[in-house]
Amino acid sequence: MKELKIFGIVAIFTLVLYWGVEPFAHSQMHKHVDSHGFAYDGTADIAEAVTAEKNDTAEAKKVFWGDVSKISALKGDVAAGEAGFATCMGCHMEGGVNMGGVIPPVLDHAGAIYDKNYLIALIKDPAMATNVDHKYADTSTHPMGSIKMMMTDDQQIADVVAYMMAKKAGEVTTKEAFSEACGRCHAMRYAKTTQLGDTPTFKHEKDTLAHKIKVIDEQSLVKAYMGKLPPDLSIIIRARSAHFMETFVENPQGQMAGTSMPRVGLSHAGYEKVHAYMTEIGDPSKPAREALGPWVLLFFTVFTLLAYFWKRSMWKDHY
Amino acid sequence: MAKFEKANSIGEWLDQRLAIETLKKVMNTEYWIPKNINFLWAMGMVLAATFGILVVSGIFLLMYYKPDTALAFDSVNYTTMTEVGYGWLWRHIHGVGASLVFLVIYIHMFTGIYYGSYKRGRELIWLSGMGLFVAFSAEAFSGYMLPWGQMSYWAGMVITNLFSGGSLEAYGLVEWIRGDYVPADAFLTRFFMLHVFLLPLVIIGLIVLHFGTLRIPHVNNQDGEEFDYAEAAELYKAGKVKESKVIPFSPVFLSKDVFVMGVYFILFFYLVFYHFEFAMDPVNFDPADGLKTPAHIYPEWYFLWSYEILRPFSKDLGLVLFAISQVIFFMLPFLDRSPNVAPASRRGLFKYWFWILLIDVIVLTFMGKLPPTDALFANIGLVAAVLFFVLWIALPFITKSEKKL
Repeated sequence: MKELKIFGIVAIFTLVLYWGVEPFAHSQMHKHVDSHGFAYDGTADIAEAVTAEKNDTAEAKKVFWGDVSKISALKGDVAAGEAGFATCMGCHMEGGVNMGGVIPPVLDHAGAIYDKNYLIALIKDPAMATNVDHKYADTSTHPMGSIKMMMTDDQQIADVVAYMMAKKAGEVTTKEAFSEACGRCHAMRYAKTTQLGDTPTFKHEKDTLAHKIKVIDEQSLVKAYMGKLPPDLSIIIRARSAHFMETFVENPQGQMAGTSMPRVGLSHAGYEKVHAYMTEIGDPSKPAREALGPWVLLFFTVFTLLAYFWKRSMWKDHY
Repeated sequence: MAKFEKANSIGEWLDQRLAIETLKKVMNTEYWIPKNINFLWAMGMVLAATFGILVVSGIFLLMYYKPDTALAFDSVNYTTMTEVGYGWLWRHIHGVGASLVFLVIYIHMFTGIYYGSYKRGRELIWLSGMGLFVAFSAEAFSGYMLPWGQMSYWAGMVITNLFSGGSLEAYGLVEWIRGDYVPADAFLTRFFMLHVFLLPLVIIGLIVLHFGTLRIPHVNNQDGEEFDYAEAAELYKAGKVKESKVIPFSPVFLSKDVFVMGVYFILFFYLVFYHFEFAMDPVNFDPADGLKTPAHIYPEWYFLWSYEILRPFSKDLGLVLFAISQVIFFMLPFLDRSPNVAPASRRGLFKYWFWILLIDVIVLTFMGKLPPTDALFANIGLVAAVLFFVLWIALPFITKSEKKL
């Protein structure tokens, strides 16, 4: 039938047009970065140093991640780790204060959201683990750099990590995962959270303003440390592709070489939680959309069928 | 004053005062459309319906929008999307509609070019239609400024910069358009006014004109056949619907329009619910930041072909060619020297001209989005842009030599 042929031509040109301006254009516009499936073994870090022809750095990273994998193979003692973990609690506590640029993160669900190898690497050398060692000539200047002096024994590291994996795990809400992993640097104004956590409601404007000043002070410290204030993540879920988000969180340097954002070491499960939270806040209509969509399409399908029969009855004597 | 008798029904009462029976005949039941048409003839009504959807969704969005650089972004992305019941639905409808309206405009335009529906009395249909294209383009651009995201800001920056006229360096004009040195509050509020008031008014006026221009030359048909409408209409009214070459707009033509609209709405709402992101650029979900240029700045897909004509040439030449490409389609009825009103397939060289033009515009569209830093893409873009002008220069010659059918 002639009309179907014409329709076919229109449809083909439309689809080709779509392919060119969407999937094809985006595949050409963005750097391709492979996902590592949230495994942290330093492969990407070493490759980056090799590509940049920083041979000493590459060598140092090889040794470092080799050590991490050795420690990872050790059997950690949870009970012994609890004692070691007390050292961490000196800084990593609820309501902590800014130390050298950021507020140390709460570790209540560290075992549930972070990767084991990453935690080992972090205790061994925070700047290397977070892959921002280029910022620190001497890694002890990293805000958490002193840990290198406090926890020197491989077995001790294995114990502390074993403790976190066993005791600091458990159920974690999507919001907890986000605020523990991202919330110290990134505000989320659509969820009314800042670098200081949830924004309380105050009875008096004076108190509201006083809180605002506290937030500004905290943001100034983060800004001074990071170079710029890390972006608000309210609708980042719509501003970046799913693939970008995933690979960026895995290794920020891979997508944005030289960025001051540290790798946070989320495990796959941990990232899913964080991602779910960002979706809840940044794309809140998703459930409503998915619920309503089929009904609207059903309505228009019935509409079209009825229109077709009407058209047939109207045109039947015309040829 | 006319003499009024007591009316027996509301219809009669209205008819006495408004002549609605005559109006109904003139506009619907005795507005004659040729029978020899295909679904592409429904695109006009599809466009009217899409414009209607854009107006209605726009009214709902307007109730919560705040034209202020400090508030605009969150009024759209937070208030409308989170706090307003079904705000997300209206916004996605508006976004998808703005993109699809251009798809249908292009289909409508190329249908007109293919069937030669722009000449021998139909010039004004074409010109008013092109006027609508320009008005819709301005409407789309001004609307794109309103969410005040990164792409709003930088598109505003780039497009207003074009008015500096290259080497003319008319920065005073650019500042006058912006109301500031850079796109800022004055810029946003004036584009807001244009988008929600002045341009829709212009569009509505042009739609009325566009319909009016159809009246005397009538709608073209699939074979470009000329026939006596009055005679065909008499035949139809005499009940010989099979023999007549015409159908009434309502209900016969309309029944097909509504069916085509139904198919279109299935696509439309599929996109609204499941694939809206193609119409809402991710970059625009980052708030406007004058200190941070996005890695790639590109217009929405429907402007890409003319954007690509701007890019491959030197500054001044690019601007001149860009300006010409914006108006060249207006010239179509006058550059086509052929006496034939017929589908392109029967028109000799014009057949090739049509398909090459269509493919060239699509190639320009592809290249317009790709980074110009890639030598291959830049060269393809240059060739396609040159070809675009070669085609327009060749048009009078190839149509002049066309044999009369």
